[in-house]
Amino acid sequence: MNGRRILADLKVTARGYLRNPIALFFSLIFPLILILLFGLIFANTGSTVTTLYTENFDHSSPVSQQFLSDLNQTHLVAVQVISTSTGNLSVWLGQNGNPAGLVIPAGFGNNYTHHIATNVTLYVNPQDAAAAGSAEGAVQAVENEFNLHAACGNASGSCTPVLGFSSQNVGKAIFTYIDYLVPGLIGFSILTSPMFSMVDVTSSYRKEGIFRQLSLTPLTRDEWLASRVAWYTILTFLAAAIMLGFGIGVFGAKVTISIWLLPYLFVGPLLFVSLGMLAGSIARTPESAAVIGNIITFPMMFLAGTFFPVSEFSPGLQVVARVLPLYYVIDGMNQVLLFQNFGRALTDFVIVLGIAVVLFAGAVYLFRWKGE
Amino acid sequence: MAEAIAVEGLVKNYGSLAAVDGVSFHVPTGSVFAFLGPNGAGKTTTTEILEGLRARSSGSVQVLGFDPWSEGRPLHRLIGVIPQDFRFFEKITPREAIGYYAALFGTRPEPDRLLGRVKLEDKAHSRFDTLSGGQKQKLGLALSLVNDPRICFLDEPTTGLDPTARRAIWDVVRGLRQEGRTVFLTTHYLEEAEMLADRVAIINHGKIVAAGSPAEIIDRLGGAARLRIVAGREVADFVRSRFSNEVAVEGDHVDIVLHDHEEALAILSAVQASRLPWTGFTTVRDTLEDVFVRLVGRMDEGVLKSANGTPGNAA
Ligand SMILES: Nc1ncnc2c1ncn2[C@@H]1O[C@H](COP(=O)(O)OP(=O)(O)O)[C@@H](O)[C@H]1O
Ligand SMILES: [Mg+2]
Repeated sequence: MNGRRILADLKVTARGYLRNPIALFFSLIFPLILILLFGLIFANTGSTVTTLYTENFDHSSPVSQQFLSDLNQTHLVAVQVISTSTGNLSVWLGQNGNPAGLVIPAGFGNNYTHHIATNVTLYVNPQDAAAAGSAEGAVQAVENEFNLHAACGNASGSCTPVLGFSSQNVGKAIFTYIDYLVPGLIGFSILTSPMFSMVDVTSSYRKEGIFRQLSLTPLTRDEWLASRVAWYTILTFLAAAIMLGFGIGVFGAKVTISIWLLPYLFVGPLLFVSLGMLAGSIARTPESAAVIGNIITFPMMFLAGTFFPVSEFSPGLQVVARVLPLYYVIDGMNQVLLFQNFGRALTDFVIVLGIAVVLFAGAVYLFRWKGE
Repeated sequence: MAEAIAVEGLVKNYGSLAAVDGVSFHVPTGSVFAFLGPNGAGKTTTTEILEGLRARSSGSVQVLGFDPWSEGRPLHRLIGVIPQDFRFFEKITPREAIGYYAALFGTRPEPDRLLGRVKLEDKAHSRFDTLSGGQKQKLGLALSLVNDPRICFLDEPTTGLDPTARRAIWDVVRGLRQEGRTVFLTTHYLEEAEMLADRVAIINHGKIVAAGSPAEIIDRLGGAARLRIVAGREVADFVRSRFSNEVAVEGDHVDIVLHDHEEALAILSAVQASRLPWTGFTTVRDTLEDVFVRLVGRMDEGVLKSANGTPGNAA
């Protein structure tokens, strides 16, 4: 390995890439358009009304009726009262795929009237950021209003809150669609930039004899590979910077930038450079390489959590998602950027690293540049 | 080293096909060697074995003292190669390409001088995919010189090029020879081999059918010299009546096969004395092309004969 030669190849690669509008579009501009598009559609409106399935154990009290009607007034949630004999609401919500539920305890109205602190219980699916955000926002707003009336309305003038809610939320923050979109689109870029061009480069350079031409220079195959991996890592960092910048700056995404994002930004490109090379090496012609590349790429483009959180998929599709290497890249970045759940992030990373090492070894083994 | 390339009994088989079938030749340092042959003769296969791009089936090959297949890395620093159909990164300009190769080889060529040498200065900043076939080939030539090579391999460097581009490449080849470099060239243009090469080997169906300087090949394999008199049939009849030489009438001239040069003088004096009309004369020899066509044709007949013979033997 010789740094000067790797650098020379990196320079030529970068030049060629930056002068290729299609490659540039897919790796940097397309994800940017996606985040702007999805961000504008989903972030500003916050409008989808979430159905809030409610067990009211205090259904006779006018206070609880007022509370629920006020919740409806927020237009964030639509209260749907269900039977109190439903049983464990958390289980019921999960079984029915409903994202939000509320339990109003017995004695709620009485407690409120007598200024006794009382909690309602809110169930939200932390993976469904939009619904969770709406439900929590609505409950918080209505409780504030009630607390003002109850405490500040009396003679003492001290605004002691009476109502509270305990949320069965796993994460502390409330995540919205745009928050999921940031790691999702970084993952999109990690996938598409190497896959679309490495498959093509590997097969067409072989067909056109460019690899044989290079094999007559002191550049080694490993140096060439190193330069490619370096280039796609640079692109990945650029894409991550764009996504984080626009996500946070324009749409106020609630992501926590952390040093633990770096491992994914290094190993993710390595994984897909290897996968692209493998696809390009296996195929006999550039045309069949493109087909193989697309067969590998397209399912991941949509099913690995790029545009939509995997938790919103049907159980069947979730199983499919877990087969896709990109799922672990994006899930890991979700754990780091959103939930700060580093245990699961580490598990994801180990899986990503394992796949990358296997694919890299396979690519190095299969990739020849002399071939007759 | 007196010999830049030494090849003995080189064989390359593709399945049952012997693409190169027992080829031996030697290229002295500083000379231009042309491998001349029709399409599919085995030129590219031989060239790429010399460059270390293909493995051989058997035989021995030494290029600058290296075995190209097992000692490719040190050899590649000393040779320059332009493949038959040179391709490069589409979006890169010739000047950048030279910079890239220079960095890879760790050399410091002057890009403008190199591009000037192959007459590509005006395209120094054009992207590769906008260059014409000839310009691409010229860039290949320039790149092959970045490492100041001792041997240059050019596989059909002028095939399909227009006459101007072809002449530019010929000039470069002559320059390479003047600088004392060895040139290994393949071509199917006879004039190219005749004009550029010190030594020529004619290859057909993987076998060398003739080798030597163009003049030697013509001497050895060409027909005898002929006296050509521009005149009518009566002159032919007159020569036949007076001399024993073979005489043929072709179009507006009469061809008389000569055994030595004095005969030409005797025949011309006799014709002059006969007062028969004639308007000019010249002596003609076989060109390399005549030899080439005859050899390659003869080879093909041989192949046909043996192919026809096989069913007969089996019957
Ligand atoms: N990789 C290969 N596999 C099979 N046959 C080949 C291969 N390369 C060349 N040949 C065959 O070997 C013969 C010589 O080819 P080549 O050296 O390319 O000829 P030339 O360069 O003189 O036109 C041809 O019959 C060709 O079809
Ligand atoms: Mg050829």
